[in-house]
Parts: sequence; C-alpha cells; structure tokens
Amino acid sequence: MALVDFANPTRFVALTARVTPWLIALTIALFAVGLYGTALAPDDYQQGATVKIMFIHVPCAWLSMFVYATMAISSLGTLVWRHPLADVAARAGAPLGAAFTFVCLATGSLWGKPMWGTYWVWDARLTSELVLLIMYLGLIALWQTIEDPLKAARAVAVLTLVGVINLPIIKFSVDWWNTLHQPAAVFRMDGPTIDPSMLWPLLVMALAATCLFLTLHLLAMRNEILRRRVRTLRLMEAARPGVGSERSA
Amino acid sequence: MNVLDLGAHAGFIIASYAIFVLVVAGLIAWIWLDGIAQRRALAALEARGIRRRSDVTTSEPVAKIEPGDVRGVR
Repeated sequence: MALVDFANPTRFVALTARVTPWLIALTIALFAVGLYGTALAPDDYQQGATVKIMFIHVPCAWLSMFVYATMAISSLGTLVWRHPLADVAARAGAPLGAAFTFVCLATGSLWGKPMWGTYWVWDARLTSELVLLIMYLGLIALWQTIEDPLKAARAVAVLTLVGVINLPIIKFSVDWWNTLHQPAAVFRMDGPTIDPSMLWPLLVMALAATCLFLTLHLLAMRNEILRRRVRTLRLMEAARPGVGSERSA
Repeated sequence: MNVLDLGAHAGFIIASYAIFVLVVAGLIAWIWLDGIAQRRALAALEARGIRRRSDVTTSEPVAKIEPGDVRGVR
C-alpha cells in the first residue's frame, strides 16, 4: 500500500487505531525520561531552580509554531488539491496549537515574574506569541462561523497562510529588536549555548511534547472525520423521501 | 543535589507544571469525550438505517442527495 493511500479518510481512521497505542507508549516513555532528566538537571547559576520552567516552556513554544506550520501545509493541501483530509488535519490541529501557545505564554509569564520582576511586558517576542494565540482562536472561530465545511475550509486556509508571516517574526523577534526575552540558545549557527546537562533533558522533553501532539492530533483528526460522517448522514436522513412531509404533517 | 529543593520560587515552578498538566489533561478529556459523542451519534444514525453508500451492502436504496450536501467527507 502506497503512503498516498492513507490520505483516504477510512484508511486513515484504521491507521490511527493501529498507530495510536504505540505513540501513547512512546510519549509516556519520553516524558518519563525527560522528567527524570529535568529533576536531575542542575540549577542555573543566575536563575536558580526557576530554570526548570524552561523544560516545559520551550517545548510548548516550539510546538506553538510547529503546529501552525503543519496547519499552513495542510492549508496548501486544502487550496491546491482540495483534499478533505487536509482541512481535517488543520481543523484538528488548531485547538492543540492554541493550547500549547497558551501554556507557553502562561509558563513564560510565571518564569518572567521572578526573573524580570514582571509577569508581562509588551516585548516583541511576547507580543508576537500572543498574536499567534489570537490567530489560533480567530481560526477556530471562523470554522465555527461558516456552516458549509468546504467554504469554511477555503476561508480558513487563506487566513492560515496569511498568518504564516508571524512565524519568522516570532523566531527572529529577539534578533531584530531589543527585547527583554533572551535570544535563541539551542538552534544557533554556532551551536547551542546551553550546558549539555540541561540540553539533553530539554531535547527529550521537546521530543515527548511533539509525540504528545502527534498522538492528540491523530485522535482529534479521527474525531473530526467521524463528525463529518455524522453531518453527512444527518443530511442524508433529512433528504429521505417522506421526511419533510412527515414533519410538516 | 536535592531535586525537591526548588528554592524561593518554588510556587512559580509548581504553578507552571500544574498549568501544563491541567491543559494536557483538558485536551485528553476533550478528545476522549468528543470521540465517544461522535461514535454514539454515528451508531444512532446507523441504527435508524442511515448509512453511507460505501457501507450499504443490501439492495435497499439509500436516500438521494445533491453532491453539494456531502462535501468534506469521502
């Protein structure tokens, strides 16, 4: 069976049932290793134990952008190939992306108070991340507003692609502007500046969070496919001969 | 090194992890409950004899609808 065959929603649902248990096991194992490494990681010489917030804040920040990037690729699938599974993937990803962005902002705020002396500043990185959360919520609202799934899919896909401009702004905001937020410490041209004792738990936690997203995304996509089948069957039921006359009688 | 010694800012650290756990638990609960609701709705429709054309194996005709009414599902 070719990979493209899994683009069929029925086959995709069957694939989800087979893959999900393995993904759940992998996610739990990675979180166990990551949290063990987090507990053993030394305190930062400046920040003390608050550096432990990094092990959930940074993976959520990465995921907030990764999820949006996957939604943008799915939007291309919706607009170019008009494949229903592309819209299903985007729609199922939006609440997850919003949740990870919220956790990123909330944990960043809790990290900022003891380190910066404030929960919030209108800093370029913080503001662009907040814009990302608002975009996620706007896309979810747009899906809810338009009843026809096809029209909603196109409108949301266009808006999603327009919003991609925010991703490089988030990533490079700490380089382009003077910000209170620290610059990149992992993905740098000259290599990571984090000590290996903190780097490996961070990377494992990021991998665990990514597996968590993949697991939840597959399950949310399966639910979305079922939701659309329910809608189709309800329309079929309403279109049955005699249904209208029975209701009007 | 005492892993339980979170220093003077323990409240901020614990609150951060609590938010992560609560949000993830909320996502899991939402997806789980949504899955149950969709499967129940699908089963109820099928029990009333409403099935997709691809699922119909009997000679019983299915309701005819316009192509535009089934968009978004294959």
